[in-house]
Amino acid sequence: MAEVLVLVDSADGTVKKATLELLTAARSLGEPSAVVIGGTGDAGPLAGQLTEFGAAKIYAVEDDEVGTYGVAGKAAALAAVAKQASPAAILVSSSAENKEVAARAALKLESGLLYDAVGLEGDVAIQQIFGAAITVKSKVVKGTPVITIRPNSFAPEPSAGAGEQVSVTVELGENDKKAKVTESVVEAKGSRPQLADASVVVSGGRGIGKAENFEIIEKLADSLGAAVGASRAVVDAGWVDHQMQVGQTGVTVSPQLYVAVGISGAIQHRAGMQTSKTIVAINKDPEAPIFELADFGVVGDLFTVAPALTEEITKRKG
Amino acid sequence: MNIVVLMKQVPDTEGDRKLDPSDNTVDRGAVDPVINYIDEFAIEEGLRLKEEHGGEVTILTVGPERATESIRKALSMGADKAVHVTDDALHGSDAIGTAKAIAKALGTVEWDVAIAGSEATDARGAVVPALVAEVLGAPQLTQARKVTVDGSTVTIERVTETGYQVVTASTPAVISVVEKINDPRYPSFKGIMAAKSKPIEVKSLGDIGLDAGEVGLANAWTKVESFENAPPRAAGQTVKDEGDGAVKIADYLASKKLI
Repeated sequence: MAEVLVLVDSADGTVKKATLELLTAARSLGEPSAVVIGGTGDAGPLAGQLTEFGAAKIYAVEDDEVGTYGVAGKAAALAAVAKQASPAAILVSSSAENKEVAARAALKLESGLLYDAVGLEGDVAIQQIFGAAITVKSKVVKGTPVITIRPNSFAPEPSAGAGEQVSVTVELGENDKKAKVTESVVEAKGSRPQLADASVVVSGGRGIGKAENFEIIEKLADSLGAAVGASRAVVDAGWVDHQMQVGQTGVTVSPQLYVAVGISGAIQHRAGMQTSKTIVAINKDPEAPIFELADFGVVGDLFTVAPALTEEITKRKG
Repeated sequence: MNIVVLMKQVPDTEGDRKLDPSDNTVDRGAVDPVINYIDEFAIEEGLRLKEEHGGEVTILTVGPERATESIRKALSMGADKAVHVTDDALHGSDAIGTAKAIAKALGTVEWDVAIAGSEATDARGAVVPALVAEVLGAPQLTQARKVTVDGSTVTIERVTETGYQVVTASTPAVISVVEKINDPRYPSFKGIMAAKSKPIEVKSLGDIGLDAGEVGLANAWTKVESFENAPPRAAGQTVKDEGDGAVKIADYLASKKLI
């Protein structure tokens, strides 16, 4: 059976859920194999999970130099594995960095690139464009299909693979070494999940009134184990970091549950969240457009409803 | 310093954007075209680098004839001149085809930095700046929230999912900036008047030395097979909070097994 490469995302020695989703999706195209690009010893701790979710092979590029050269280094490594494996397709989860890695690797492989797919029908990628107003079916017509897939598009299902570990060495070219990463800084506070691939997202909008009140959103998010997002108004007001902006010009999310608190639901915002599986909204304005999208909406004062909801969820979770 | 800003004209996100069913490409007539919102931050960053280091800001746009309107607006913000690559053969190019055209066009101008917005609001691929770097074999300094130039060294703070990375390279370098890196200026009346006489050099594929077989719909490495308008999301249930709003939400979440 043809091999399908899945680029592995991990954090702290654990495979991210988005990768497990891709290993699951890859089975519809062929036999999944995982590609780990990291430093010395990075692949070992991931092997168990990758095998459990179906990786026939685990290609490991363990080279401390590769990471030094950021996207260009990772793209060279992914292309090198693809040249060795000659896969039927390459699947990558749609983060900002991964899309750049996939694009550069596709060009190196003289292959077509499709990004931000939300489903697969054989080798046809399903994409949602223009704020999910239009569903597009696209195909790669040259080389090896390189497809980036949005997190939460597939439900991960275990299915044991052989998990054969294959070490791959990469020779970086001159052009791959032209931009150097000299420092990596982690700014994210606490242990909340990351916005882009979280299963649950709680976002706050203009209705929260001022920066100090954003705590209400954070507490609700923590009760649900959710990532925290914000509307553009909140970001523009400087109440939260811009990495938290959900919308047309921010992060696009499609979690299992999206809770919009004090968000009116302008087109700008809807474009970034309307493919969420379930949407819950709290807003004092019954005419707010967010209620046109919401599966369940409460017209009320967020300053009473949101804290009460935090308390109710905490109580029910025991 | 020679600063080139890569600018794209896109359909206004406020409009009802459509695809053209005759060839599944963006229907550029359906909605008024505007400068890609995030490119305004790239233009602003280019102008600030010029103010700090001297030199010239050139707008480089690959796009249909009508993109002239957006180019004039960029010039009215303060850019010095523009190169507009337009050719019927470019119609329907995908990200890789577009990147090849931009890379070839950069070969016809002097540049130390080429600055783009991190993504365009129409396609939202956020891959073209990285692809341009790949085609040219130039350093990729993308997703920047801060850009510093010191002689021939460019250093950026690259936004990551958990924070940022400091990435550094020598010129010529391809940069992309995220919104919020700065506050783009509005064109002044004087700027608008001055823009009318600023030079826009129009170039064909032949002028930039790119074979028509490398770009366009028929030569793209990807193909849109079909599209359909997504059904509008059905509105659900909305209740008024009578002191029990939170409990009702919790009940709903429990019924959906979400808590």
